[in-house]
Amino acid sequence: MSPILCHSAALFHDKSRCNGGEPVPSRHQSYYTEGRGQFFVIITSSSTVTFFITVFTVRHVRHGDVQPHPGLPGRGPGRQRDMSVTEMFSHIQGFLGADQDVREDIRKVVQLLEQAAREILTVLQSVHQPSGFKEIPSKCARARELFCTVKTHIADLKTKFPAEQYYRFQEHWRFVLQRLAFLVTFVVYLESETLVTREAAAQILGIEVVREKGFHLDVEDYLAGVLIMASELSRLAVNSVTAGDYTRPLRISNFINELDSGFRLLNLKNDPLRKRYDGLKYDVKKIEEVVYDLSIRGLAKEAESAGDK
Amino acid sequence: MNTRGGDGCPRKKADAAQDRDAGDKPPTPVIAAFKVFQQELDTKHDKYERLVKISRDVTIESKRTIFLLHRVTSVPNAEEILNEAEVKLDGVRQKIGQIAEELRGEDIYQFHRAFTPGIQEYVEAVSFLHYIRHRSLISLEEINASLVFMRTEEVGAQDAAETLLPGTHVLTFQVTPSDYLLGVADLTGELMRMCISSVGNGDIDTPFQLSQFLRQIHDGFSYIGNTGPYEVSKKLHTLRQSLAKVEDACYALRVRGSEIPKHMLADVFSSRTTLIDPEEGVV
Repeated sequence: MSPILCHSAALFHDKSRCNGGEPVPSRHQSYYTEGRGQFFVIITSSSTVTFFITVFTVRHVRHGDVQPHPGLPGRGPGRQRDMSVTEMFSHIQGFLGADQDVREDIRKVVQLLEQAAREILTVLQSVHQPSGFKEIPSKCARARELFCTVKTHIADLKTKFPAEQYYRFQEHWRFVLQRLAFLVTFVVYLESETLVTREAAAQILGIEVVREKGFHLDVEDYLAGVLIMASELSRLAVNSVTAGDYTRPLRISNFINELDSGFRLLNLKNDPLRKRYDGLKYDVKKIEEVVYDLSIRGLAKEAESAGDK
Repeated sequence: MNTRGGDGCPRKKADAAQDRDAGDKPPTPVIAAFKVFQQELDTKHDKYERLVKISRDVTIESKRTIFLLHRVTSVPNAEEILNEAEVKLDGVRQKIGQIAEELRGEDIYQFHRAFTPGIQEYVEAVSFLHYIRHRSLISLEEINASLVFMRTEEVGAQDAAETLLPGTHVLTFQVTPSDYLLGVADLTGELMRMCISSVGNGDIDTPFQLSQFLRQIHDGFSYIGNTGPYEVSKKLHTLRQSLAKVEDACYALRVRGSEIPKHMLADVFSSRTTLIDPEEGVV
């Protein structure tokens, strides 16, 4: 019986080492301890079995007809008691389990964020319909209301993990954050036909711009949102012609060309942002074609002069 | 309007003149914003590349240490090799100190992919040396305890687990549990090779110890299962193969060990086990 008690005692001792936190980095302390508690029942039973097998094997080997080989040094334990292999893995499992718990929490909030993003998208998609053009201001107002929900969810998300580990869990919310950046950019364009700044976009979402200040909008996610909007604008150019608005495509064209010049300043690596940027030239081309179609038929000039009068 | 950033002064002046002629303010807010983005992205990418370079150096030096440690079984004076390995690993630790320097004030996970291969290789090397010396698995805490660096510079930002001492500066690098796991998984491959080669050198004691040790590690990984990083699942497969080879070696030793002269044991293994290097197993 005693080996079992010793082993379990060692594990409990181990837990207190983890909680006491001197070799363990402080950033792990706050939420890892919670994870360890669940595993104790399982740990004791499986490792006890392993312990017995280990003891048995060692004894068996010693009784064999083997001679100690002089070539390999450092046989004796002579140092302070090392954690056994089993203990080490239990210890690591504690970290991994806690990590998984955090990710689970994050996933739940991200789902809510995605839901909110979909609602905003539904509102804004309707601007492509012919009837939608007149209602742009009201749709933007509605979208802005919905951004408040987004703010609430993001505030909740911030509480689920230590603030300094943003990039550790980034992949969970990256997609939805890029979507949200696109939606913000699109709303601001519809309202004022300008490019929302990163600072303003972050403010609408209730987050920071600078990493050190907290949950922030990474520049790459902001740029991804801008590029998604560019695709949306190329579609809007086409649909506004269909709806009879012949001046909008020209303004969209100027805007997109300026964006393109801006993006050309960037030195991008072969990452997802670069791939998305590669799509921008097709958007530029499509809009130019729309503008060309309008200008050769004189439709654009007509609309302009009508507007002047 | 086609402004390209980063050119020399005369070019900028010409561009600015062009803008003025076209009636635009030089530069527009959009372009100005993108110039800021350019700088931000460039800085980040440069740091990432520097870390990749250091990580490669760490990988190479750690691999060389592992090759050095393999010679322990075939050389009479093992202590010399161990000391040499220790010196090499100290060099690697200095490189890791450079990584810690680069990461000062940063979120380490933003750059984790850059240096994780090097760190895994380092964990493999240092745990290999630890096993040869002490016949046990080095702990994560022990690895991290040796990755503490003293710098006598000015105060920097607080993000990478620093503590301020008057005058000097302590910088630490923390190996993450998942990098530790992946390094240990790679260690098992080296242990398997050591087992086979030690048999070839007439040492019939080590294989049994190694078998027991590897089995414990394997059981540990099975316990962790899918909850670890996904690379662990891939390495678990290789680990099973390594363990099987070592267990077969022990079986052959147990069944036939007494019959065959030691110097011929190697030939027994050559026929039974696959994927052995031609150099190993030869006295």
